[in-house]
Amino acid sequence: MNPSPLTTRRPGPTTLSADPWQTHAGSIVAIRDETPGVRSYDLSIVDAAVRARYAFAPGQFNMLYLPGIGEAAISISSDPATPQLLTHTVRAVGNVTDALAKLVVGDRIFLRGPYGKPWPLGDLAGGDLIFVAGGLGLASQRAAILDVARHRDRFGRVTILHGAKTPSGLLYPSEYAAWREAGIDVDCTVDAPEAGWTGSVGLVTDLLAQLPLEPGRSGLLCCGPDPMMAGVATGAAKRGLGPEAVWMSLERNMSCAVGQCGLCQFGPFFVCLDGPVFRYDRIEKLLGVRCL
Amino acid sequence: MILGPEALQRLIEVLALEYRVIGPTVADGAVVLRDLASADDLPTGWIDEQDGGHYRLQRDESAGPFDHVVGPHSLKNFLFPPREPIARFERVEGVWEECAPAAPERPLAVIGMRGCDLAALAIQDRVFLRGDSGEGEAIDPAYQRRRNGLFLVAVDCRRAAATCFCHSTGSGPAACSASAGRQADLALVDLGPGPADGVAPCAGPRRYECRIGSERGAAVIDAIAADLPLRPSPPEDVAAAERVPVDLERAMWARERSDGGPGRSLDMENIRDLLYSNLEHPRWLEVADRCLSCTNCTLVCPTCFCASVTEVADLSGDAVTRERHWASCFSLDHARMHGTSVRHTTASRYRQWLTHKLGGWIDQFGTSGCTGCGRCITWCPVGIDLTAEVAAIRETPAPSTGPTP
Ligand SMILES: Cc1cc2nc3c(=O)[nH]c(=O)nc-3n(C[C@H](O)[C@H](O)[C@H](O)COP(=O)(O)OP(=O)(O)OC[C@H]3O[C@@H](n4cnc5c(N)ncnc54)[C@H](O)[C@@H]3O)c2cc1C
Ligand code: SF4
Ligand code: SF4
Repeated sequence: MNPSPLTTRRPGPTTLSADPWQTHAGSIVAIRDETPGVRSYDLSIVDAAVRARYAFAPGQFNMLYLPGIGEAAISISSDPATPQLLTHTVRAVGNVTDALAKLVVGDRIFLRGPYGKPWPLGDLAGGDLIFVAGGLGLASQRAAILDVARHRDRFGRVTILHGAKTPSGLLYPSEYAAWREAGIDVDCTVDAPEAGWTGSVGLVTDLLAQLPLEPGRSGLLCCGPDPMMAGVATGAAKRGLGPEAVWMSLERNMSCAVGQCGLCQFGPFFVCLDGPVFRYDRIEKLLGVRCL
Repeated sequence: MILGPEALQRLIEVLALEYRVIGPTVADGAVVLRDLASADDLPTGWIDEQDGGHYRLQRDESAGPFDHVVGPHSLKNFLFPPREPIARFERVEGVWEECAPAAPERPLAVIGMRGCDLAALAIQDRVFLRGDSGEGEAIDPAYQRRRNGLFLVAVDCRRAAATCFCHSTGSGPAACSASAGRQADLALVDLGPGPADGVAPCAGPRRYECRIGSERGAAVIDAIAADLPLRPSPPEDVAAAERVPVDLERAMWARERSDGGPGRSLDMENIRDLLYSNLEHPRWLEVADRCLSCTNCTLVCPTCFCASVTEVADLSGDAVTRERHWASCFSLDHARMHGTSVRHTTASRYRQWLTHKLGGWIDQFGTSGCTGCGRCITWCPVGIDLTAEVAAIRETPAPSTGPTP
């Protein structure tokens, strides 16, 4: 069964058997080049019964496993209404992600999940949404954007502010037209323009500073590098969006994703269970502490 | 029920029919937990002297088999072993498949567990069986299997080391406590050598008052009684056994340091908020000057549960075992992110350990992670004492800067 649309409930690891370490084989159905070094992989779970049972909410992640190489936490980037096909958008940065980049359509990879607290779309229904994504951070928001587009009438203004180093670093550019068509504003900015770039130059926080918004009815969902998210939180506060109206998705090294390996701890939280999506007021003080 | 030395030996034999029997024994200059073949393996006649960074076994002819206190091992070494396979994958005709988990091992019987050991077990249960609380959370299947099969023989401590502070953390010294969730199948209290033929001085064989805590425990006692007559405990022995932990607890509260100060204890009052509102306390830098980041404290701690997974391939490359091994928040790897470590200073790693152990644990599992066993104090090469670190922060807390997380 699919989760009800816009759920804020954590559906729980549906593919998870009694053994949290047990994985499920998935087959790579399609691979797309996104930005330099970043590719999207569409996966289909091999076992039909598990595939039919699998459901996730936007903002959750899977652990992707390659035998002999290792595991990595990767957000699910596809539409939660069609969980039979799971998209993961991955930057090749290390052990697992480099090995993943060498795979081709038809190859097998293993996954377990979904894990983590999703974006609180259900709680924010009726209000305005502001997605703020730095670079690959948009991968953790794409599922939410597709979910919102499907239920566009449940929200007021919906805006995506997306920043990247260069125009070629902007993620999913071929989809912006469809998102705009669905009634979502997409506003992009880059640090360093390239030939032909006519859009904004600067930080996403600059876009946020100019965005018309109504503080009482807006929720801001943010994902990107830590300094960028800190800047966004400060910028949001200047615009009247307090810490209880801002959510961010954190990243930490993890090996189990079920609160038993201890690696992803952040203050009293497990990023895998209590996050990765946190309301900013819960973590504001912790983010200010060095080396936590 | 009163057990004598023959009954203690029979207990081990009866358990061995069904279980792998583990208990305290002397090896490498310490009392460790190992397979027991007979009661002769127990550390009879040995006393352990422990203090910050100090452990020494001493001969004491009057010491019974359980007059040592806890050594570097704990139940954790067996229920959550230092290394264990968690999954296995094989490649057959070019296609990888996950294989069925390994066959279950023989169930464990562990003899000689103290209050702090049982308290630690209850805490680890909350970590590895957290799914029991509902919410669709995970249960570690190997831990659960070993835990369900586990037969526990508890023993009340008759003495405490200078490093012990279970009296202040509510985890001892009484081994079993129904209200604190500390249970065992059988619980022994060493009453010492008995009166020879009822006449003083006490020179007869050692006697143990034995309480039965479960049906499995009763069945084991029945099996012993089948070929050894066991007599019910006379009321004065029951009373003497009940006094053992009460007297020890009183003695622990009354302990004095050599300089006349109060003995070791940990003030648990509001400890979570104290630590989380002092994340920038100068004491973290001060302790970091002494801490070697050696990870010993986390390895000997009976509740520390951090682990990471490595891939172990066989020579053919067509079979891979995923091996989980103990990790430590004192290692740089623990908080690896983007090629560096989030906690790249010793101060931040010690802070992580202590704030998690005594604070974060309360958020995560509804209990502090410390049982007052003192292992981390004894086995720290430089004798760092968490009770002293907490006391130092308590003495000069930072001015409160609003609510803690
Ligand atoms: C909830 C969550 C969601 C995530 N979603 C995504 C996602 O959607 N897409 C995505 O691409 N990533 C995502 N990540 C990040 C991803 O899990 C990490 O990047 C992960 O470490 C990749 O694993 P790896 O084995 O490929 O890299 P690792 O080998 O673990 O390397 C990770 C980092 O360390 C660096 N590094 C490794 N070894 C060294 C060395 N010896 N010296 C110097 N630097 C080194 C690498 O350059 C890299 O930056 C997510 C993480 C979390 C926690
Ligand atoms: S923190 Fe130290 S005293 Fe507390 S349970 Fe762990 S090893 Fe024992
Ligand atoms: S506190 Fe002691 S035992 Fe723990 S890491 Fe530091 S030096 Fe090692």
